[in-house]
Amino acid sequence: MSASTATLRSEWAKLTSVRSTGWTLFCAFAVTVAFGTLISALSNSGFDDLSQQDKLSFDAAGTSFTGGILGQLAMIAFGVMVIGGEYSSGVIRNSLAAVPRRGLFYASKLAVATGAALVVSLVTSFASFYAGQAVLGSHSTTIGSDNVLRALFGAALYMTLMAVFSMGVATMLRSSILSMGILMPFFFLVTQILVTVPGAKKVAHYLPDQAGTTMARVVAQPEVPYGPGGGLLVMLAWVAAAVVGGYLVIRNRDA
Amino acid sequence: MIELAGVTKRYGEKVVVDDLTFAVRAGCVTGFLGPNGAGKSTTMRMMLGLDRPSAGTVLIDDKPYASLPEPLRHVGALLDARAMHGGRSAYDNLRCLALSNNIPLSRVNEALEEVGLTAVAKKRPNGFSLGMAQRLGIAAALLGDPRIVMLDEPVNGLDPEGIHWIRTLMKDLAAQGRTVFVSSHLMSEMALTADHLVVIGRGKLLADTSMQEFIDNNSRSLVRIRTPEPEKLRDTLASQGITATETPEGVFEVRDEPVERLGALAFEHQVPLHELSTQHASLEEAFIALTGETTEYRTGPLAPSAGDPVLAAPQPARTES
Repeated sequence: MSASTATLRSEWAKLTSVRSTGWTLFCAFAVTVAFGTLISALSNSGFDDLSQQDKLSFDAAGTSFTGGILGQLAMIAFGVMVIGGEYSSGVIRNSLAAVPRRGLFYASKLAVATGAALVVSLVTSFASFYAGQAVLGSHSTTIGSDNVLRALFGAALYMTLMAVFSMGVATMLRSSILSMGILMPFFFLVTQILVTVPGAKKVAHYLPDQAGTTMARVVAQPEVPYGPGGGLLVMLAWVAAAVVGGYLVIRNRDA
Repeated sequence: MIELAGVTKRYGEKVVVDDLTFAVRAGCVTGFLGPNGAGKSTTMRMMLGLDRPSAGTVLIDDKPYASLPEPLRHVGALLDARAMHGGRSAYDNLRCLALSNNIPLSRVNEALEEVGLTAVAKKRPNGFSLGMAQRLGIAAALLGDPRIVMLDEPVNGLDPEGIHWIRTLMKDLAAQGRTVFVSSHLMSEMALTADHLVVIGRGKLLADTSMQEFIDNNSRSLVRIRTPEPEKLRDTLASQGITATETPEGVFEVRDEPVERLGALAFEHQVPLHELSTQHASLEEAFIALTGETTEYRTGPLAPSAGDPVLAAPQPARTES
């Protein structure tokens, strides 16, 4: 068996043999679906109070994905723990002694974890959509409507990329606690606040999560300067930077 | 066989490993000895390709570690007993390593059995004692049935039964023709297991000899003399230019003089003796004497400055006056 197959199998065994994997991915799913459904239900009951403008630009699919704001935190935790588990107790030395080709090690780890995150994100995305539409009643949309399927995959891709971004950051920082301490408040609070501050708004639109969420919208937001495709590119640039940064650190630093 | 050529590791200005050149041969236990902070662990990490040497090369069976196709089948290493994922069972920790090197999974159970951890295979190493963690680390090292076994301070945390077991294991592995490289800061431990010694102090190679040669070259004999007339003995020794130290109990200790000469001197000068005995310095003393000399050399006039940042090794107490 080739070295890369062996490394992938080993990384898959690592991923599936710790409880945190199941827990964080389940949390990502449950929190996203539950919170999305709740927001959808509230939107349905409060729809009549919306302004005419808001009624016209109501995004039924996008609303069912709003749970991602919370669910992404579990995805970040997943990404951080996949990498941080290696660094917490020095396991990385055993891992790199077993697989001295660091690029292969890093790529295998990311590939396996990204695959797992993508599957869970797709399930989450579809479940959020159907649960959300069920409670939206007369304001719901269907999967066959324009751009809805794209938004579904966009939402899944968004959550997956957040996990990959976190893996890159955790590899650069080489610590779970440090990575969590930076990523969690940043995506839970900082970016959410920045987009509402007039001066910071323009820049904040180019933060990874703000850019990424445009992929999950069917109706464009007028203040965002790019569409779903542009959002994907902006987010990919962030993810690529984090992954490349992680690669440089793992390649060059002593373990 | 492990070969180091001019291996040096610098962290900024600080030289942790300084131009090490030596080879570790198959079929015997090679002890890697040095005081705490001498650079042993750094050297071992460089052997495994984990730390990059600032200069020099390490070859494992004529190849750099990183180019070994399935390295765990060549080299098994225990660096840090706690370096296991605490959330993964002992079995799964080893299974993940085995999969990465195409090692049959039957070896996982065999290795756990070899170290006596079969009963706790499904337990997570979070709750393991240091002794159990050491055993798990050794199981990981033996997993790939490697020709080279490298152990960093393996007796740490083991109970007496465990220490006996690891000594026997190392000797058995060497008897099977494997290369066994084991570090320690305890000379007495090495004396019981090692056939060959590599001694480093502050990153520099101090000795690369067989155990016996090391003992012969470095241990100094000491002659104890007790007399009811200390003044007379003091004068006699002084007249011959022999220096002696006196213990608080009034015992004279003379180094590097044959006991025969001292006996003859006492007889000639009519010094009554109550005791005249030769004591061989312990290996631990030989080790301290050896590393102590480098300490002296480093801090002497040849040293670049008093604030030399290389002074990582503890200064051993000098027993000679």
